[in-house]
Amino acid sequence: MDSAPAFETAPPAYLPETVRTAVKLLIVGHFAVGKTTFVGTLSEIRPLRTEELMTQAGAVVDDLAGVPDKTTTTVAMDFGRLTLSDRLVLYLFGTPGQSRFERLWQDLARGALGALVLVDTARLRQSFEVMDLLERHGLPYAVAVNRFETAPAFPDQEIREALDLLPETPLVTCDARDQASSTRALIALVDHLISLDQESA
Amino acid sequence: MNRPRGERALVRPHVVTGGRAHPSRNVFDLVTLVIAVGDRQAGLGPEQRRIVRLCQGGALSVVEIAGHLRLPVGVTRVLLSDLMDGGHVTTRAASTAQQPRLQLLQEVLDGLRARL
Repeated sequence: MDSAPAFETAPPAYLPETVRTAVKLLIVGHFAVGKTTFVGTLSEIRPLRTEELMTQAGAVVDDLAGVPDKTTTTVAMDFGRLTLSDRLVLYLFGTPGQSRFERLWQDLARGALGALVLVDTARLRQSFEVMDLLERHGLPYAVAVNRFETAPAFPDQEIREALDLLPETPLVTCDARDQASSTRALIALVDHLISLDQESA
Repeated sequence: MNRPRGERALVRPHVVTGGRAHPSRNVFDLVTLVIAVGDRQAGLGPEQRRIVRLCQGGALSVVEIAGHLRLPVGVTRVLLSDLMDGGHVTTRAASTAQQPRLQLLQEVLDGLRARL
């Protein structure tokens, strides 16, 4: 026999037997915008991280340039879980916003209900790439400004203009460290998804 | 269904999968819920045994299995696919496609509101 499985942390928290449906939402944004914090704040399990191997083929590679013998890189995904009812579980995926992770995006976007874009007002421009990715994958989204104490406060209208948001795209403010605040940001997203669904019906 | 050949190089085949980079079936989404069927482990490789043991306690998603066992998701999918072919695991699926999207979204919304 092998030794006991090497669990990353504690033994796994299994889902209730009645749960039959799993859905996913993506938490996206540029580097260090607070995705991992957001997922960790809401997750009922200790957030796990998994890695996917990728080659640099077809990708705009930066960090591997000049390392000719390294043909693969890994990309980390943080994810968390919220059991929402006795039959439904929601998974949140913290997803890197660079288009060189397009392969990963295909996997994540498939079947995802939508995405919450976290933005930092000090670095609004860095959110363009991720918003392009969302639009390319046809994923509906809402935008949440993650409140950084050091970041400048702008009126909503200025943020909307800077990000070129559609009038119907929700823009909310949240504190990724706060559970209620982060939950409300997700609610704004799901409300929006419901409106979009009703419009298209 | 396998992915097109041109995509093959994107996940490095891992020794634990016997060099294969793609699963024999394509049922495993990141959030597909998996549970073990019984505890037969004869003939399985060490990584597959770890999966079967992990999944005996109850249902976990594919991505949780990968996270707990510290395996890349692609490798986990290949292993799960073989385990499913061998009848060692099954999916607890109600495909989300079977349910109207609006109804599903409403359930998500209700669940989130209940947490406030």
